[in-house]
Amino acid sequence: MAIPSLPRPNMHGPQPVESTKVSDFRSTEKRAASLFRGTTGETADRVFKFVMLLCGLAVLATLALIVYQLVMRSALSWHAFGFKFFAGHDWDPVNEQFGAMPFIYGTLVSSLLALLIAIPLSIGVAVFTTEMCPVVLRGPLSFFVELLAAIPSVVYGLWAIFVLVPLLSNYVQPFLSKTLGWTGLFEGPPYGISMLAAGIILAIMIIPIICSITREVLMVVPQHQREAALALGATRWEMIRVGVLRNARAGIMGGIILGLGRALGETMAVTMVIGNRPEIAKSLFAPGYTMASVLANEFSEATGNVYLSALIEIGLALFLVTIIVNALARLLVWTVTRGQPARANA
Amino acid sequence: MPEINAPARQPVAPIALRRRVTDHVMTGIAVLTVILVLVPLFAVFAYLVYRGVGSINWAFLTQTPKPVGEAGGGMANAIVGSAFILALASILGVPVGVGAGIYLAEFGRNRFGDVIRFTADVLNGVPSIVVGIVAYSIVVLSQKHFSALAGGVALAIMMIPTITRTTEEMLLLVPQALREAAYGLGVSRWRTTLSITLRTATSGVITGIMLAFARVAGETAPLLFTAFGNQFWNLRANQPTAALPLQIFNYAISPYDEWHRQAWAGALVLIILIVTAVAAVRFAVRRGTFGAA
Repeated sequence: MAIPSLPRPNMHGPQPVESTKVSDFRSTEKRAASLFRGTTGETADRVFKFVMLLCGLAVLATLALIVYQLVMRSALSWHAFGFKFFAGHDWDPVNEQFGAMPFIYGTLVSSLLALLIAIPLSIGVAVFTTEMCPVVLRGPLSFFVELLAAIPSVVYGLWAIFVLVPLLSNYVQPFLSKTLGWTGLFEGPPYGISMLAAGIILAIMIIPIICSITREVLMVVPQHQREAALALGATRWEMIRVGVLRNARAGIMGGIILGLGRALGETMAVTMVIGNRPEIAKSLFAPGYTMASVLANEFSEATGNVYLSALIEIGLALFLVTIIVNALARLLVWTVTRGQPARANA
Repeated sequence: MPEINAPARQPVAPIALRRRVTDHVMTGIAVLTVILVLVPLFAVFAYLVYRGVGSINWAFLTQTPKPVGEAGGGMANAIVGSAFILALASILGVPVGVGAGIYLAEFGRNRFGDVIRFTADVLNGVPSIVVGIVAYSIVVLSQKHFSALAGGVALAIMMIPTITRTTEEMLLLVPQALREAAYGLGVSRWRTTLSITLRTATSGVITGIMLAFARVAGETAPLLFTAFGNQFWNLRANQPTAALPLQIFNYAISPYDEWHRQAWAGALVLIILIVTAVAAVRFAVRRGTFGAA
């Protein structure tokens, strides 16, 4: 189904060529002949449709395979610990006692911290690029933000280890513990390697996702909403607040949840700065551990079936949470952009 | 002469000071957020170039890693290994992704197509480390050792959803009239799809493939326990293979300055490869071959 308002792709399919003359008819016929090869009967068509259907089914099968493998290989741990697995605090591979609570806590806290930092920044950038900035700047700005998404996780981790962590331990952490230490969130020795570092690096990584979805959603807000607000005498900010942001709420929420999904599953950069200690501490200066990083660190060295199975169960839990979060986000974004595919990764 | 007796036009009441100030403050905050977001971007790139450029030399690009304590050595085997794993991933992932995209665009305008579409979107959000676990369970456990093939399978699983959705999108941009013209000439449906529709949308489909490629090129997590890494050259699909992101990770968390230096150099090489790909894609989009969204 073609939508007339969309720009058309450049056609370099077979096109009438100006130089084609009647005398050229034979060669045209010869060239076109290849198109008619194998056109007798419907068998070829059926085979083609079947092969394409197989490719489509492969997408379904991949997801089914992921679920099947995770469920099957975590069965051992599930039988051994049941629901206690998610409530237990001990992670003791030697005595085969496994509780996932510290990892769940670490994943949740680091992701929420990341959201806390990323939401205002990405909405600010999205509003600036769609509503405020000169048209000339629009392209470069969104390009730069997209560039943030192109940097691999491991490079962020490398940068965090050698730049962010020293910065935190020398300047930011002493300052925070002096001014906000009384809250109990910023206590303890300023090692740099901490939940705080993980939250900050995660925030940098999810900003492009939230920002690009928010921008997309803001752009589909009808122009007359803005004009109506301005005509009533609103200032630019009032116009943005009443006419734009309020209309885009659901979509922005979708973008935020999509960012959350990414933050929950993010592995490398977090593993490199969070400190990898399975403890629950109130202070953000303390090291922690996330579900994804325990997999990254211990999976290839796991000895014993129960250990491996416990790790895979963590993987299963991570998978289920991200699936639910992502499905929710897609639904929210779809309700706003009316099924136009969200191009978060463009 | 008729006298105009209309009341003098009242001047529009000036916008209250408080509202004007709020407006300016909010604009200021928006500018501030832009600066705060761009600072880490430039900080990462600047530091990367600063540390990386000095460390890239001929040895880095042509030699294998030296043991701890010896200076020199490089990541040549990791660069080639990455290319090898990515080639395997592309061979496995691209045909399936494009095929599924064709199915969705040409045959999938129904409930079943919606199911596949949604599955692809969900698959897009699966954490990469989980994909690694699955590739481990399928390939590594049956082969009994880590291998380049397992890494390729993991990356292929990650490429498929992106390629599927962009292929579908691009095929749907091809005007229906082109297909009808081909049918009208008596060309069969499969020839029409392959030689007319797909060929018209080629550059868009390639854009999608490049995007997926750039996305998985920097992935480390799914390779940790599939390709595993290797200190030596390897081009056999059933053996552990070095990969650039893996090598960067291992060197970054090591305590040796020499290895840190090499990690920066590796990161710079990786970034240059990825940014070149993304910029090429963006350039192709900007040229107006495809409508910007």
